[in-house]
Amino acid sequence: MGRYVIRRLLQMIPVFIGATLLIFLMVNVMGDPIAGLCGDRQCDPATAAQLEKEFGLDKPVWQQYLTYMGNVFTGDFGTAFNGQPVTELMATAFPVTIRLTIIAIVFEIVIGITLGVVTGLRRGRPVDSGVLLVTLVVISVPTFVTGLLLQLLLGVKWGWIKPSVSSDATFGELIVPGLVLASVSLAYVTRLTRTSIAENKRSDYVRTAIAKGLPRRRVVTRHLLRNSLIPVVTFIGTDIGALMGGAIVTERIFNIHGVGFQLYQGILRQNTQTVVGFVTVLVLVFLVANLLVDLLYAVLDPRIRYA
Amino acid sequence: MRGATHAKWAACAAAVALVATACGGGGDSGGDSGAVLSSSWGDPQNPLEPANTNEVQGGKVLDMIFRSLKKYNPETGEAEDMLAEKIETSDSQNFTITVKDGWTFSNGEKVTAKSFVDAWNYGASLKNNQKNAYFFGYIEGYDKTHPEDGGKQTADTLSGLKVVDDRTFTVKLSQKFSTFPDTLGYPAYAPLPQAFFTDHAGWLSKPIGNGPYAVDSYAKGSQMSLRKWEDYPGDDAAENGGVDLKVYTDNNTAYTDLLAGNLDLVDDVPAAQLKNVKNDLGDRYLNTPAGIIQTLAFPFYDENWNKSGSDKVRTGLSRAIDREQITETIFQKTRTPATDWTSPVLGEDGGFKEGLCGDACDYDPAEAKKLIQEGGGLPGGQVKITYNADTGSHKQWVDAVCNSINNALGNDKACVGNPVGTFADFRSQIGDQKMSGPFRAGWQMDYPLIQNFLQPLYYTNASSNDGKWSNKEFDDLVDEANAETDTAKAVETFQQAEEVLRDNMGAIPLWYQNGSAGYSDRLSNVKLNPFSVPVYNEIKVS
Amino acid sequence: MPEPMPPEPLLSGGGRVPEDGAIAATGMGGAMDLATAEGETLERAPAGPDGTGPTDRPRSLWSDAWRDLRRNPVFILSGLVILFLVFVSLWPSVIASGSPLKCDLAKAQEGSQQGAPFGYDGQGCNVYTRTVYGARTSVTVGVLATLGVALFGSVLGGLAGFFGGVWDSVLSRITDIFFAIPVVLGGLVLLSVVTSNTVWPVIGFMVLLGWPQISRIARGSVITAKQNDYVQAARALGASNSRMLLRHIAPNAVAPVIVVATIALGTYIALEATLSYLGVGLKPPTVSWGIDISAASPYIRNAPHALLWPSGALALTVLAFIMLGDAVRDALDPKLR
Repeated sequence: MGRYVIRRLLQMIPVFIGATLLIFLMVNVMGDPIAGLCGDRQCDPATAAQLEKEFGLDKPVWQQYLTYMGNVFTGDFGTAFNGQPVTELMATAFPVTIRLTIIAIVFEIVIGITLGVVTGLRRGRPVDSGVLLVTLVVISVPTFVTGLLLQLLLGVKWGWIKPSVSSDATFGELIVPGLVLASVSLAYVTRLTRTSIAENKRSDYVRTAIAKGLPRRRVVTRHLLRNSLIPVVTFIGTDIGALMGGAIVTERIFNIHGVGFQLYQGILRQNTQTVVGFVTVLVLVFLVANLLVDLLYAVLDPRIRYA
Repeated sequence: MRGATHAKWAACAAAVALVATACGGGGDSGGDSGAVLSSSWGDPQNPLEPANTNEVQGGKVLDMIFRSLKKYNPETGEAEDMLAEKIETSDSQNFTITVKDGWTFSNGEKVTAKSFVDAWNYGASLKNNQKNAYFFGYIEGYDKTHPEDGGKQTADTLSGLKVVDDRTFTVKLSQKFSTFPDTLGYPAYAPLPQAFFTDHAGWLSKPIGNGPYAVDSYAKGSQMSLRKWEDYPGDDAAENGGVDLKVYTDNNTAYTDLLAGNLDLVDDVPAAQLKNVKNDLGDRYLNTPAGIIQTLAFPFYDENWNKSGSDKVRTGLSRAIDREQITETIFQKTRTPATDWTSPVLGEDGGFKEGLCGDACDYDPAEAKKLIQEGGGLPGGQVKITYNADTGSHKQWVDAVCNSINNALGNDKACVGNPVGTFADFRSQIGDQKMSGPFRAGWQMDYPLIQNFLQPLYYTNASSNDGKWSNKEFDDLVDEANAETDTAKAVETFQQAEEVLRDNMGAIPLWYQNGSAGYSDRLSNVKLNPFSVPVYNEIKVS
Repeated sequence: MPEPMPPEPLLSGGGRVPEDGAIAATGMGGAMDLATAEGETLERAPAGPDGTGPTDRPRSLWSDAWRDLRRNPVFILSGLVILFLVFVSLWPSVIASGSPLKCDLAKAQEGSQQGAPFGYDGQGCNVYTRTVYGARTSVTVGVLATLGVALFGSVLGGLAGFFGGVWDSVLSRITDIFFAIPVVLGGLVLLSVVTSNTVWPVIGFMVLLGWPQISRIARGSVITAKQNDYVQAARALGASNSRMLLRHIAPNAVAPVIVVATIALGTYIALEATLSYLGVGLKPPTVSWGIDISAASPYIRNAPHALLWPSGALALTVLAFIMLGDAVRDALDPKLR
């Protein structure tokens, strides 16, 4: 187990370097970030040159990357164009997004798995077809349409919620945005659980358990669920990274000042340091989540042993 | 520590949203003057230094926390003395400025002549990266503190600025500029306290100024809380307890929040909501003329747009745009069809001249088609109007302009919009002279002078002359006007220059933009100044 | 017995296979990886220890599947919808008269009327005409992006799975790198600099960030197929690598790829709309649902019809492709028969 973890950690290094380099190059392709700083005016060339020097933009890209990564390892993620250290932006943005992600994951687990179990056990019945159709519809409508509709209906027409999230972003305020963010994954968890349950329901060990006369409840929770949840756990685990980085649309609609907001802002202003810094952290989250999921696998399925 | 204050004001803001309790600093509980309002805001792009702020969102804050030598009257736009006791000149080039007594910064420090001179020197010095440094470009010695094109900076201070005594300083310009005193209301000319220089980082995280409001807390990227400064010495003290500026990325969300009672003031009503704004807000909606004009600029560095006959094509395009209908349908009359290159807020005396554009701005499809044919047709058979898609409601009007041109020319593909993803990229394409057709150009005045609508935009190689239009006759007239000491005569000469611009159609004027704002029923006496910024200090909260 | 995880791929490449199926890569709240995760159950199916997997002759798998599909109403329904879409994409003028680019501002936001059953949008364009013409772009983007992703992904993933060793490690790491970049974020960055107003940059971007999904599926199923007795037999008989790969492995490994690709197709169409919403998608004069949906979204209160019709068309299309993929998966998955 220990050796396995170490090997996985070592493998993370090239992926981490590759992903950060990739995003670094991509952001650099976007062109001259200084031009946007002077409003509807041409920056005067002297100031522009001075700024480029200050942000290290006059150096070749590879050198910029090396300097940047060097700084990152000392905990310095650079400075945004408004003079604020990126670490400070992270300190305000990540807690908000983590709360949002937690809510989204809770929705996925509670609603997604419940629906999945219900439909999996009643495969082919009207309940099953109904839920299946609903999940398909949820998946096929773009998130921003769902978000805008919910905001308009719940926030303005019916006045159930505040249409936007305050800068505190408490759990209560994040429930609807969390639901919007989770919607597609949620539909997905439902389908995944359903398939998995339906598959395992007919397997020998379940039949045996039933034949032994175990109560249905016990069969479902102890035998069926535990084995069926493996792919679901995998999915949810790896979804964490995507939810955190992917909330750009949701955070924009509900004016949540989290990671997606900072990334969007950073991209619009071509703020290399902000974008690369946040993505670097997201890549780390993604890699660690992947590792944890694989380890969790061994816990759920005792037959898997990592050497 | 930061976290603690953060939580405090947030709780206050929430409480205010529900019941109009006072939550201001300074312990003034109860009473109308203590109530705090919340207002929409955009995250300022640059550090909030006066000479480094070149967009409305940062300007909004500077307007609240600073008072300069002059102040533009919120209604008429006229430059009136604020901190200036008198500004004297005999030759339009050497000015003696006397600062009023009794002004202090909110930390108690006195505002003196030195506060101004230090601030201006800071703004003009290249090493401080101030993006508005060019405002000091008229002052003698600027070429030393801010050498263009990579030269080495040889001086830290402007040789044209001299402190005479505590309340007096002199300014020597490098050329005659008769209306120089009227420019001094621009935030870049604000005085700065010593704390700005001694503890710069501290100042940035909580700016200190001499305006009617003081910054209470500032969570960058999400909210700034400003509170009334009780000891403000000016006569325009805040009539409310303070303002919480909340950052929104999408003005639709801000508007939605206003409707839901979650926000008190939105100063940018999205175009798409204008149709229902009367329904939603009744008379709690403002539509006030502002010093903003939208134009289409052309790439004169591209031969296709700068050959003989091109002026006819440009005029033809201008005549193919149905400004009346677009301003009515898309903007619900929050914009007015432009008939010159300035703005109505200047007033007749200030240089605005309705109808100066004449026929060239009248919609006439047949004439448009004829002119474009005479001029050799559209370059490449199609015009692409380039704009940035990330801010404003640009897509809507560009599409509408294109549809109008297409309908006039009877060709579905004569004009297409060409969105650029980000403003930064849009600006960098303009800077690199990569435009191949007309592109969005907008101008929000820095100060209400006709000079500001013409010189920075159309003078050869001027800072905002994005299309690189160049015309000797125009330049000469502008120089002549600047040297003129008689205001009426200067204005007249500027208008002559404007006529040169018209005859060449150096840029197509589209419309004058109004400031629009909506507010909750807690507020009264809400006004927008000619810069389309709410006059916060006059707002009353019930 | 629950089916065990294939032991070999677990160990090779550091046990990356378990999460193969479900790496979330997207900013659309996971829409793009939808296909992947469901593909996982399928991917494991051929490895079934009880021999019910497609270890039979490939022909029988496909013909069995076809027989199943023909009787499946879901398949028939979604197939009909897709046929209709293809028809509309090829000959839009048959069911809509006039040009989608012809707009009259005087009619802006007007509701349903003669000649414009879906009303007019904010620019006074005919929503019905634009919705009909938009099908072509959306279907083109979906189909071409899927083809690109499937080709690129299955070739790379297949080779990695077949040759194993260093190749596998290197390719798997590269896959991880591309997986780690959130899709919407990548789109914002890469597409914001694009000036072309064709569909190619958007398709190219989808292929660039979409291939790892298929690559992992392909790799997994090639590894599974490789262990089959007949492949070992072919190897023993001295078959060349290319012959083994093309004749014996590919036909058996391709089923999961097809399933995942069909489902992914729908998600690409939805992704195009999201990119347009963020201002970096397709550009005019291209007519697409994404452009129309994003243009209409601020008018949601005044002219909801301009938002709902193209959204409805988009949802229907995505739905049809996902249902088709679903049906194909059910047909190809022997365990669910």
